Amino acid sequence: MGRAVSAARFKPGDQVLVKMEDRPGHIRTPWYVRGKRGWIERIHGEFRNPESLAYGGDGLPRRPLYLVGFEQSQVWEKYDAAKDKLFIDIYEHWLEPTE
Amino acid sequence: MPRGHHDLGGTERDSGPIERGEHQLEDWEILADAVNQALGAVGVKRTDELRRAREEMDSELYRSLSYYERWIASMEAILIEKKILTREEIDRKVGEFEKKWGEP
Amino acid sequence: MSDAHDKADAHDHPRHELGHYARRIYAIRDLLLEKKILTPQDIQEQIDYQEQRSPANGARIVARAWSDPAFKARLIADPKAACAEMGIDATSLNEFVVLENTEKVRHIVVCTLCSCYPRPILGRPPDWYKSLNYRSRAVNDPRGVMREFGQDVGSDVEVRVHDSTADIRYLVLPLRPRGTEKMSEAQLAKLVTRDSMIGVVDALPASAARA
Repeated sequence: MGRAVSAARFKPGDQVLVKMEDRPGHIRTPWYVRGKRGWIERIHGEFRNPESLAYGGDGLPRRPLYLVGFEQSQVWEKYDAAKDKLFIDIYEHWLEPTE
Repeated sequence: MPRGHHDLGGTERDSGPIERGEHQLEDWEILADAVNQALGAVGVKRTDELRRAREEMDSELYRSLSYYERWIASMEAILIEKKILTREEIDRKVGEFEKKWGEP
Repeated sequence: MSDAHDKADAHDHPRHELGHYARRIYAIRDLLLEKKILTPQDIQEQIDYQEQRSPANGARIVARAWSDPAFKARLIADPKAACAEMGIDATSLNEFVVLENTEKVRHIVVCTLCSCYPRPILGRPPDWYKSLNYRSRAVNDPRGVMREFGQDVGSDVEVRVHDSTADIRYLVLPLRPRGTEKMSEAQLAKLVTRDSMIGVVDALPASAARA
């Protein structure tokens, strides 16, 4: 499900790791998910980069945006309901492949 | 880099009960909303710029202002940054209102 | 409801009991008009646009999706087009995804970083959605949040939180309540609350439409 993006690095089902980066600027990858493992649920399509748009840049080239799924029990130290999941829209440059 | 004051997912400090009361928007809030959207529609500012301005605010100020107050503060910051308006002329205009109302 | 037409009027001047930021926005508005960066029409258009948007739009969409499986399929495949079918203009949304609740899965939507919300469909978000506590707890304590709203989901139900961090806007398609098989779309729409389309609660029970 989702858009067909020819240059996308990842596809649904791929396991990914959110980069543990800490850089200044306008970042839309929330702190709580950095360094966490998840999977690609969907490719949303390609969008302009907000990190550049926030400073008057044109945000080009567009880059793939993914719906990334996480097991809640793997995101938080203490999370009870085993089945629950968390989904976040993350740009490709914040993701790395993982096993 | 400390975590941004806007990056609130899972924060301890804000783990209290959710205040359910809703308020009717005041005229100035409706105006703030409309001016914000209109500036976007005419291409003067992008939503991402305003978000960034809110992220750059003083953290305690961010937390103490209401939603539309934050919007107004960030709109002012971006309009000044882009040299569309100056702080002085906004101050002057506010001063004109106050004079009209007979305020000191 | 106050007369929205006064708000864009260039000659509408605020009263002295207004706070600091309220004064700033009136000053900013006047300056932008003077410098012809905006016209009064630009501002009025936005006021009108926003006033036309309310949860009633979302309720109509959900009611149709419950009643018409083919429409539901179209809604999930292309939400903007399905809204257009119903005369709801969602074109300003970059991307729009509908999250279907089932007996086994409930979705809940938040924007932890600011307060992104499907405004073209639902209108303005409620104060609580924008609150710091909701933005913090929806991701790590969604069941606690739902309980506060009066919704208890069992351990056999999977709760999926969506943190809308980019240009995608999410609308929850709540589960159709039991005992509503014979209801018209208009009756069904009465069961679809704004909060059920954010996902903190289910839709109202069938009895609410008969009230």
